[in-house]
Amino acid sequence: MNLLQHIGKYFILLTHVFSKPEKLKIYYKETIKEIDKLGLNSIWIVVIISFFMGAVITMQTAYNTENPIYPKYLIGLTARDTLLLEFSSTIVALILAGKIGSNIASEIGTMRVTEQIDALEIMGVNSASFLILPKVVATIFFSPFLCLLSMFIGIMGGWIAGIATGVMTSQDYIYGIQYAFIPYYIVYALIKSAFFAFLITSISSYHGYYSYGGSLEVGQSSTKAVVHSSISILLFNVILTQLLLS
Amino acid sequence: MIEVKNLYKSFDNKQVLNDINVLFEQGKTNLIIGQSGSGKTVLLKSIVGLHDIDSGQVIYDDVIFNDLNFKEKKGLRQQIGMLFQGGALFDSSTVEENVMFPLDMFTELSYADKRERANECLKRVNIINANELFPAEISGGMKKRVAIARAIALNPKYLFCDEPNSGLDPITALVIDDLIKEITVEYNMTTIVNTHDMNSVMEIGDKVIFIYEGSKWWEGTKEDIFDSDNVELNNFIFASKLSQKIKDLKNVH
Repeated sequence: MNLLQHIGKYFILLTHVFSKPEKLKIYYKETIKEIDKLGLNSIWIVVIISFFMGAVITMQTAYNTENPIYPKYLIGLTARDTLLLEFSSTIVALILAGKIGSNIASEIGTMRVTEQIDALEIMGVNSASFLILPKVVATIFFSPFLCLLSMFIGIMGGWIAGIATGVMTSQDYIYGIQYAFIPYYIVYALIKSAFFAFLITSISSYHGYYSYGGSLEVGQSSTKAVVHSSISILLFNVILTQLLLS
Repeated sequence: MIEVKNLYKSFDNKQVLNDINVLFEQGKTNLIIGQSGSGKTVLLKSIVGLHDIDSGQVIYDDVIFNDLNFKEKKGLRQQIGMLFQGGALFDSSTVEENVMFPLDMFTELSYADKRERANECLKRVNIINANELFPAEISGGMKKRVAIARAIALNPKYLFCDEPNSGLDPITALVIDDLIKEITVEYNMTTIVNTHDMNSVMEIGDKVIFIYEGSKWWEGTKEDIFDSDNVELNNFIFASKLSQKIKDLKNVH
């Protein structure tokens, strides 16, 4: 199957996903479950990665700006903008593509090969909507929170690392993270994170939903889900940056 | 009653089903038998609409299924129960939640009523004290019984079973066969069972359809099988020495 066929099939699947739910109450319950499974369960990985990345960004900036002509507050400013503009939205999305994407593709793929999706269809349930819509809603809703959390933890990580290694003072860092602050960068990051969450969930669900065969094919779908989600994130990162920052 | 008329189905230019014409009767256990790869699962899935057919008609009590739109098909499917080969129970739900699922989805019953109905169905298939277990924690035979309970939760008019005895020991297989037969009579359903288990044929085959290389090769009752001179059917049914001996003994008497 060529790329255009995949894209066409993906959009046809989306029309089924966004059709009217059979029973809103059930979908609401499923969405809450997915928020727990896909969102809350991702908090720790986001916290750990953001903390250490914030620390490393600060240290690298400090070691590369040792020349006295550069003011020390530049370290905080660089850490802040790197985290706000790119890390907390795009890099966190790439990490989540690995965690959430493979989880979704393997879960739905296993349901396909064990005929659980057929069972839903036989009952008269719109399986695409029932399985995918709650995941899409849950991740779009929750990923901006993860993004905000990542920004906060990353900046904290940078502050702690900066002070611990003695590359700058606390005052310099705090001044730097406030200097020339553009609040729109946060909006930009949140829009990106919500859009990337949609890409991860829908692309991974697509690969899982159209898995056929056995465990080998489910594994392949899982890999494709991560790869295709990651490529889409990188592609749309360029497009969204042009649209939102130009 | 389900009628299939001139049904054709192919995959990637490979013809799998050729001109299938058959009437599945209400209140009877209708069996589709045939070798692996003969097309019986494709036939079953074509009848329930999991496969789109190339041409022909599938008629559910005067309603032409393949002429219905997506919404109408969804409506009709609520009258269909299906037992899949592996049970197809939802892994993340308990036994009770699995049986309650169609009730949650398609009824406005209170939680207590839904629970009562689910337990009634579970009791009917002799599943007791397993409500809180997950599918991974129960045996293959229990999975099949829970799947039957889920299939009958909405009092369906049609029941489809795809190889209900696969992977089960002979005694458990017999239990499942009896259950299918009893439920068919009790609910006056049109039941179609896809199998290559000869014990099932002899136990519950009110009507038997033999599929050979994608075509309907033979049709009759379980009693007719012994008198048939259809070579392919005989080769299939009496493939083992034991079944050949049984046939010989029956012919002697």
